[in-house]
Amino acid sequence: MASSVIVLGGLALLLFTSSGWPDVQETFFSPEAFRTSFPDILKAFWLDVRMFLAVEVVVLILGLVIALVRTSLSPALFPIRILTAVYCDIFRGVPVILLVYLIGFGIPTLGVTGVLAEPIFLACVALSLAYSAYVAEVYRAGIASVHRTQTDSALAVGLTNFQALRHVVLPQAVRRVRPPLLNDFISLQKDVALVSVLGVQEAFRVAQIDAQSTFNYTPLIAAALLYIAVTIPMARILDYLSRKEEAKR
Amino acid sequence: MSVPVLEITGVTKSFGDRLVLDGLDIAVAEHRAVALIGASGSGKSTLLRCIDLLEEIDDGDIFLDGEVITDPSVDPVSVRRRLGFVFQAFNLFPHMSVLDNVTLGAVRSGSMSKREATDRGRELLARFGLGEREADRPDQLSGGQQQRVALVRAFASRPRALLLDEVTSALDPELVGDVLEAVREMKDEGMTMIIATHEMTFAREVADQIAFLHEGTIVEVGTPEKVMDSPQRPETRRFLHRLLAAGRL
Repeated sequence: MASSVIVLGGLALLLFTSSGWPDVQETFFSPEAFRTSFPDILKAFWLDVRMFLAVEVVVLILGLVIALVRTSLSPALFPIRILTAVYCDIFRGVPVILLVYLIGFGIPTLGVTGVLAEPIFLACVALSLAYSAYVAEVYRAGIASVHRTQTDSALAVGLTNFQALRHVVLPQAVRRVRPPLLNDFISLQKDVALVSVLGVQEAFRVAQIDAQSTFNYTPLIAAALLYIAVTIPMARILDYLSRKEEAKR
Repeated sequence: MSVPVLEITGVTKSFGDRLVLDGLDIAVAEHRAVALIGASGSGKSTLLRCIDLLEEIDDGDIFLDGEVITDPSVDPVSVRRRLGFVFQAFNLFPHMSVLDNVTLGAVRSGSMSKREATDRGRELLARFGLGEREADRPDQLSGGQQQRVALVRAFASRPRALLLDEVTSALDPELVGDVLEAVREMKDEGMTMIIATHEMTFAREVADQIAFLHEGTIVEVGTPEKVMDSPQRPETRRFLHRLLAAGRL
């Protein structure tokens, strides 16, 4: 405890007494710049939240479907199983920002019109593709962790294969992977800012424009605070769930 | 003579190169209990799993009430709904209450209404000394209680026969009695059973017939007195002798 105080105090002292500190304070932590930029950034952040929520719903469903196909043993699904494996490999392997670029600028080149040419929509597609691949793997780990005897037992009481999955395997699998799922959603919430590369006026983009026009970076700090305001509560819920899971073992 | 509830003819099953069941024959008449005895690895569990269609057989036929059930055209789900299976390791569904464990099969198969299944589940749980535990999760119960729940779960849907796979092997010795008492009660009610067991005293008391399984075939079958007191085959004698030496007879 005492050593932490000394270390932190020392660092603070070093920071606040450095010759550049007044400039840093003015450029990054200007109350005036914060007040003028914050309302617009907050409004733009609402777009981030909506995109996040929409993508999350798609990811939860698509990820589950992919995981179910990948874990199924049915020989009839073999070709689709290969496809989903390739899907996961590709979309987990490509940097998300690259995917947003490729889809955001690639699809409109096809000459499509309407919603298909809408940057917000295309950005959501790119994020959904990338995160479904991650989340599918999380689900898959959960499904694999439910012992085979649970399926036997479900079949033995007269359930169909689908019912065994629906009522016995999935509830246990999903419960076990809630912490890693939530972890992926925290990173999705931040990665929504990547859609700014398509010119979408979300929080980061608005803050950036503001900063560039005033030569003051305080708006970026304002945007950062907004992301943190959402991700920190999510992280605490995650801690809580992990502790609960741990206590059960 | 009436048609046996279960009839197994020439059943063969291998896992890879290992031949586990080798042209096995046995029949169980209505209201009768057959105890399957034999060394570990002699194929007792595999036989029960094959009857419940949890394993596919390589050759032979299995009949339930005179109808072949091992034909590819037969829906395995409909067969399993007419049989009850109790596993050595209980295999209860850990995410459900005791009562839901018991009613899941009947409710999801549509064989009973939710109300009817709940009434029957409650009545059976009370009868087997578990009335107070219906809202508990399986992990809040002792091993013996869990196994009695598993018995009730298999019994609740009024199966044509119960398949009991070493139901006391995973239990502490002091918990065995209550489980065996529950089996005895189900037998007294006229339930047809195949009981794979190491409990020789119990087999002698409850079973109408004892079948000795050795290297994938039944080498000797008869009344408990006949098989245990004057075994005809050298393999049976050796097995009983080993049990006697181990103090388990």
